[in-house]
Amino acid sequence: MKKILGIMGFAALLTTGSCKKDSDFLTVPPKSVITTQTAFSDPALVLSVIGDLYNRQKDFSSLDDGWATFADFGESFPSDNGAYYFVQNRNWNYGTWAIWDYGYIRDLNLFIDNLNASTQLLAADKARFLAEGRFLRANYYFEMVKRMGGVPLITKTLTYDNSGNVVGLQIPRAKESEVYDFVISEAEAIKGSLPTDPSEKSRATQAAALAMEARAALYAGSIAKYGATTPQVSLTGGEVGIPASMAAGYYTKALTAAQAIINGAAGAYKLYKVLPNLSDNFAAVFLDKSSVNQESIWVEDFKALAGKTHGFTTSDQPYSVSDEASDAGRLDPSLNLVESFEKLDNTFAPIPTKDGAGNPIYYTDQQDPFAGRDARLGGTVMLPHSFFKTAFIDIWGGYLLADGSILSSDDATHLAKLPGTDALVQVVGKDGPTPTGEPLRTQTGFYIRKYIDPTTGSGRRGRGSDVNFIRYRYAEVLLNAAEASAELGDYATATTYINQVRSRAGLTTPLVLTGANYFDRIVHERRAELSFEGLNLFDMKRWRIATKVWDGNTESLADLTSNIGAATKRNTQPWGLYPYKYYNPGNANNGKWVFREVLPSNVTGVLNFRLGNYYSQINDGIITANPKIVRQPNQ
Amino acid sequence: MKIKFHHIIILAAMLAGSSCSKLDNIKPPSTTLKGQLMYKGTPIGVEYNQVPFRLYQTGYAGNTPITGTFDQEGNYSVLTFNGNYKFTIPGGQGPFQWKELPSGGRDTIAIALTGNQTVNIEVTPYYMITNSAITASGNNVAAKFGIQKIITDATAKNIQTVSLFVNKTQFVSPADHAAEADLDGSAITDMSNISLSVAKPTFAITQNYVYARVGIRIAGVEDMIFSPLVKVTF
Repeated sequence: MKKILGIMGFAALLTTGSCKKDSDFLTVPPKSVITTQTAFSDPALVLSVIGDLYNRQKDFSSLDDGWATFADFGESFPSDNGAYYFVQNRNWNYGTWAIWDYGYIRDLNLFIDNLNASTQLLAADKARFLAEGRFLRANYYFEMVKRMGGVPLITKTLTYDNSGNVVGLQIPRAKESEVYDFVISEAEAIKGSLPTDPSEKSRATQAAALAMEARAALYAGSIAKYGATTPQVSLTGGEVGIPASMAAGYYTKALTAAQAIINGAAGAYKLYKVLPNLSDNFAAVFLDKSSVNQESIWVEDFKALAGKTHGFTTSDQPYSVSDEASDAGRLDPSLNLVESFEKLDNTFAPIPTKDGAGNPIYYTDQQDPFAGRDARLGGTVMLPHSFFKTAFIDIWGGYLLADGSILSSDDATHLAKLPGTDALVQVVGKDGPTPTGEPLRTQTGFYIRKYIDPTTGSGRRGRGSDVNFIRYRYAEVLLNAAEASAELGDYATATTYINQVRSRAGLTTPLVLTGANYFDRIVHERRAELSFEGLNLFDMKRWRIATKVWDGNTESLADLTSNIGAATKRNTQPWGLYPYKYYNPGNANNGKWVFREVLPSNVTGVLNFRLGNYYSQINDGIITANPKIVRQPNQ
Repeated sequence: MKIKFHHIIILAAMLAGSSCSKLDNIKPPSTTLKGQLMYKGTPIGVEYNQVPFRLYQTGYAGNTPITGTFDQEGNYSVLTFNGNYKFTIPGGQGPFQWKELPSGGRDTIAIALTGNQTVNIEVTPYYMITNSAITASGNNVAAKFGIQKIITDATAKNIQTVSLFVNKTQFVSPADHAAEADLDGSAITDMSNISLSVAKPTFAITQNYVYARVGIRIAGVEDMIFSPLVKVTF
């Protein structure tokens, strides 16, 4: 009996258990997927969604995209066996610098749609997230229009209806001016919903929106104005090229947006002036991540020991002070850049290596030739015998002997005997430059200082560096304002803006901008202040002087040392400046330094910017998929 | 187990057999299309690798062209399959004008390829170099030539510079040269009689000959037009 009861009970349990409907049994909410509805109900979850979208922004030069994104354009020499193509190729391919990430645009549009549909967020949170999504979308369109000209302007999520007909999804290119107008109008529309807090740097703020607007309007204005000098670089539909009549309108918008930041309406931003040594101060603009730094407006932030770091310091630190044996020295600023930093009396001159009679100048200290110049030189470039981390860096090319010959070797550990002596001594700097062009140490006589992290361990591959990358900063806003006012004919206002930036760099003799000098001066100032910040190429493109600066002709020593400070000065091959120790016992100059301009032996190519490079190629796959896309001019 | 010699033979035979079992089922392209840039039967010299062309094959989905560039004598050559092609030169390329269609866009040359074929490309250059003579004169390379203006209507363009390039190899261009002499377009007085001269460059390994040619840079046009290459022996 007991047995039967047991069996009956078991059967009853089974039957009740099996009564559950199949659909109920099988439909289990997945635990590893968050539904759209859930994700857009909680500000913390929305933040993680937009965090991904922030990470997918594209910068021209990017610390976590490899050191090579900072190289090229004659401003530096790439000291790496795998990167000599920068100085050996003759042309940039038409497709270079192209981007076309409409997957990202779609995700941004989806984010905006989902946010609009959400009902559970607080109105203030929702407005801020919405503004951030639109900011990222506008900034990415700005990045595309800089490289590609007018692109299809898609501001809604497109849906395919499975009909086999995709004509409705094929959207032609907008006019170049329409894309710039979109960026400007989006910035105007969202700025009120963004915070005005200067300590908020990694998320969009009102100042970030205004800085984007100022830069975009300035670019559009200069394309309108200077595009008239290259009528070949335009398309009849306006996809490339902006009519000259629109220039003044854009410059006015750029000035208004920049002034909104300068007058403090978007938060208390100011130039970074903290350290007494002006070169150290300039380097610290890029290193100081504390709230003291009210210069940086919007950055790509990194955090060491927390998973988001980059290898810029590992790749580019000085060879002798490297944290990682033989991982160093790739990005070497060129003499072309070094000599362009002006003297304290606002004049330009090459680094003096010979006196009036053509005899070499003997310097007691390796840093003497660079004395009395713009403090940004020492802040951007590590000069010979600079102090870094724990030691003075050791840059010299060898001994210059009394008979004029040079004694050197391919490595500092390969010793040699000086004439008349019997002891083996070091005959080349530990940091290069070697006569054989050894990679990973300098081949120009300089190392990069901007972004190089002095923190202990930052040069190790495992730890990495967490110096952030500044996308918009106050000094550029001032220069944008200066350029826009000068282009509008208001040289007095332009002068006050440009002098603020210059006095921070120790150039306290006021400069007066006039109709005759403003263009060269602004071109130079942007190069001195903003080198290696990913803006150089776009500046050269929008002023339409890229074809003159990179004109495909070799750069002789005479080219190098003349016309410094001219906007269209040739910059086709990166030169170096090698220090040599003079060895002539008994001579008054024994042990002093002689400098020589040297074209590194690996520089065999010449930069040649062709008309077809002004706008990057839209590849054939894209044109095949969407025949409404018109091709770029001159390709 | 002992490995015997005939085992190895059998194994090798099996391997060889298996590797031959499937041949590639598509034949390689075997039809050559080639030609040269011409103006009324005179070849046009350009810079090596700088003037591109596009060859579209109609009848296939997609419109990705075969692309290539002309060499410095203006030759092109493509190894492809038989079929119907359209040849064009992209906008803004070459020291010459290419016919534009009234509807916008570039004209194309239809080519029906049924076997090896030579199709010369007839274009209208802005200028032509005539009667060029490049000779050794003492220790100099001297060039004498004339310039004929071909396009004289509203689209005509001025001469920016004329240059004599000298190099140690047959590649002679603004990018590859050891010596150069320039003359500004505005300094030309007699278009039919221009002289340029440059000292013979010295090379690490001495050679008693150099290659030279003259080119015209046209204002607002990227590519230069060149005279035929000359080997100058000293």
